[in-house]
Amino acid sequence: MIKDQKTLKVSAIKSGTVIDHIPANNLFKVITILGLDNIKKPITFGTNLESGKLGYKGIIKISDKFFVNEEINRIAMAAPQAQLNIIKDYKVVEKKVVQVPEMIEGIVRCVNPKCITNAEEVKQKFIVTNDGEVSLKCHYCEKITDQEHMAFI
Amino acid sequence: MHNKSLISINDYSKDECLKVLDLAEKFEKDPVQNLLSGRVISTLFFEPSTRTRLSFESAVSRMGGQVIGFTDSTSSSVTKGESLKDTICTVANYSDLIVMRHPVEGSARYASEVSNVPVVNAGDGANQHPTQTLLDLYSIRKTQGRLDDLNVVMVGDLKYGRTIHSLLMALSEFNVNFFFISPEELKMPNEYKLHLKNKGIDFHEQTDFTGILDDADIIYMTRVQKERFSDPIEYEKTKNAYVLRNNMLENTKETMKVLHPLPRVTEVSTDIDVSKKAYYFTQALNGVYTRQAIISLILGLKQ
Ligand SMILES: [Zn+2]
Repeated sequence: MIKDQKTLKVSAIKSGTVIDHIPANNLFKVITILGLDNIKKPITFGTNLESGKLGYKGIIKISDKFFVNEEINRIAMAAPQAQLNIIKDYKVVEKKVVQVPEMIEGIVRCVNPKCITNAEEVKQKFIVTNDGEVSLKCHYCEKITDQEHMAFI
Repeated sequence: MHNKSLISINDYSKDECLKVLDLAEKFEKDPVQNLLSGRVISTLFFEPSTRTRLSFESAVSRMGGQVIGFTDSTSSSVTKGESLKDTICTVANYSDLIVMRHPVEGSARYASEVSNVPVVNAGDGANQHPTQTLLDLYSIRKTQGRLDDLNVVMVGDLKYGRTIHSLLMALSEFNVNFFFISPEELKMPNEYKLHLKNKGIDFHEQTDFTGILDDADIIYMTRVQKERFSDPIEYEKTKNAYVLRNNMLENTKETMKVLHPLPRVTEVSTDIDVSKKAYYFTQALNGVYTRQAIISLILGLKQ
């Protein structure tokens, strides 16, 4: 059941989702994006764990919670390399790699205060570029919203 | 291009841009063509821009079409709080094509998504004004006979200038050398310089005119606006450094032309107006031919 050192740092769950490989500095962003601060399930998380890929990573374990693709897309903006392990009966039954979509709708607010999406009821739409760092080009005003300025809806 | 909205200069490929220029050339030779008989074009100006509006209306009139619309949002239902979507959906019923100018960035793209007739963006805030870019390309090609192997000097506000950025993007499809002249505070943004680097296009930047003008094929002037400066004293100190005067053109190429999107304030001295190197008024006229070409291509009246 316990496979390695890293798993030891956060206790195992019986059923639910483990989100791994979150950049340590974006862990709380991911928690906010997924609305985990408002759900009534047991959640444990660890952060500043050593990771080859990321330097330091964060990990979140949520009992009895499974995510749909739309929710996973939301994570992609803050944690493009994240991996989701779906746990049933203490076993990983499915692994999902977060896919950075080519286009996203909603999720993030356009950084440009003069943008139509901030002026009228128009759903945000972005073209996603991913060269290590994910940034979003607004389909409407064509301005770039970078990681640093991403405000999640 | 038939039935396709024109919102951003990036909506047209290089070939499509050239197609507009070729057709504009034909309209210049033969501007009065009764192509739009019985057609209605809306010009919706949510903010005033007399010059642009008249240019579009002139283009439509020369092709025998009718224009409806408003000249600023105070004379429309917008003041009653109507949403952009409702205005566009309503007006789309009355016309074959919508030309719109709006202060909010991205508004034209959004309008094109809710409208069932094509939309031409005549300026959406600081974002795009593609017909200006096409008329600039037309003016450059017409005066130089080509769009390749040119020295293009851009002067003034290179940081916020929408016209400058779109023209740079369009010209980067051709083999052009760029020279950027601007105050330190208003330099060309890095994203555009990076774009040129990726395309392998040469550029050179400096804060004054020294040593640049005599090799220029095109000098593209823009306004340096006071409100762009964080320090008003800095503005007072720098504003005169970006004024082009006739005596500065003495040793420039015979074929060199001075362009300006207009309106100008003081940055192009009026003593240049009599020079045959002054081209900005003809540039404005070229706008009519270019817009005739764009409208007739979108409506499928020309191939
Ligand atoms: Zn935007």
